[in-house]
Amino acid sequence: MQGVNEQFLAMHMSDGIVNAPVSLLFLGIAVLALGVCAYRARTELDERTVPLAGLVAAFIFAVQMVNFPILPGVSGHLLGGALAAILVGPFTGALCVAVVLIVQALLFADGGVTALGTNIVNMAVIGVAAGYGTAVLVYRLLRRRGAVGVPAVGALSFVAAVVGTVCAAMGFVLEYALGGAATTSLGTVGTYMFGTHVLIGIGEGIITALTVMAVVRARPDLVYLLRTNPAAVGANA
Amino acid sequence: MTETTQRRWWFWIGFGVITLLIAGGVSYLASSDPDGLDSATLQGCEVVESADGEELQGDCIAQHAEEHSLAGSPLADYALGGQDGTGGLAGIVGVVVTVLVAGVLFWFIARSRGRAPTQSGD
Repeated sequence: MQGVNEQFLAMHMSDGIVNAPVSLLFLGIAVLALGVCAYRARTELDERTVPLAGLVAAFIFAVQMVNFPILPGVSGHLLGGALAAILVGPFTGALCVAVVLIVQALLFADGGVTALGTNIVNMAVIGVAAGYGTAVLVYRLLRRRGAVGVPAVGALSFVAAVVGTVCAAMGFVLEYALGGAATTSLGTVGTYMFGTHVLIGIGEGIITALTVMAVVRARPDLVYLLRTNPAAVGANA
Repeated sequence: MTETTQRRWWFWIGFGVITLLIAGGVSYLASSDPDGLDSATLQGCEVVESADGEELQGDCIAQHAEEHSLAGSPLADYALGGQDGTGGLAGIVGVVVTVLVAGVLFWFIARSRGRAPTQSGD
């Protein structure tokens, strides 16, 4: 079970910890969701933003290799949903995370193959939706008070990443509740997942804030959150 | 080259180099402890060192985890051909594969935009 290079594993759900029917159900949801994303990503992608979207996927792959300690004997790693969605848009962002998960599972045996559906739903769909939803909400609130500076974008990225990470973890709890192949109580799993992922979310938030701020400083014109939302706010103010 | 074009080039080069450095170098500093999810699946078990490696004693989710179906593949567990210490190289391979797969996918999606029904196709 333990590989020689365990250090580099991002560590996602393995095969067998959620039963076959539930794994299949979530594979179906994942395929459907990614289809919608591929269709809707057409509104987010053009020749100017394709290179950033490709690089964001590669960056998430790289950073997921770096597990950071959160508690004695427990680590965490970036999921990347909020980061990708803020930089390249929610539909393209979900595809970025999904590509990373597929490459990890098929090329590096990291995250189960039959568990791909559950992993994609948790990190690419739920993580992105919750993270990006939070980012837009906070961004619009800040816009009402005036111009949003780089530190404020960093702060909202941090909050979005924490929310995205915790919600993605709750996706696993849901799948375990539906088809968990073990006797560990749902309360134990839920509480433990929530607690550890609040801590992982703080790490995710720091990485997300630093990365988004760096891109905003260098190329604000490429950042999806900034190039799409300002007009929508002014109309209501 | 104008100053702006130069700055734009540095952005892409910087982003790429940082990504490769993280995968190829910083990854060696990664914690090898189980992550939040893995340690949740270990709740109720004790990891005991035995003659055949590590063994799980007790009752936990991780006991139901199956061996990865591609565990024998040449890049499994980020080890090139199963060799120890090659995680950084495997990471660089992963970065290149990811940027290519994602780049081609996004390029096709962006290209199909011009042929969307709402646009006139000339």
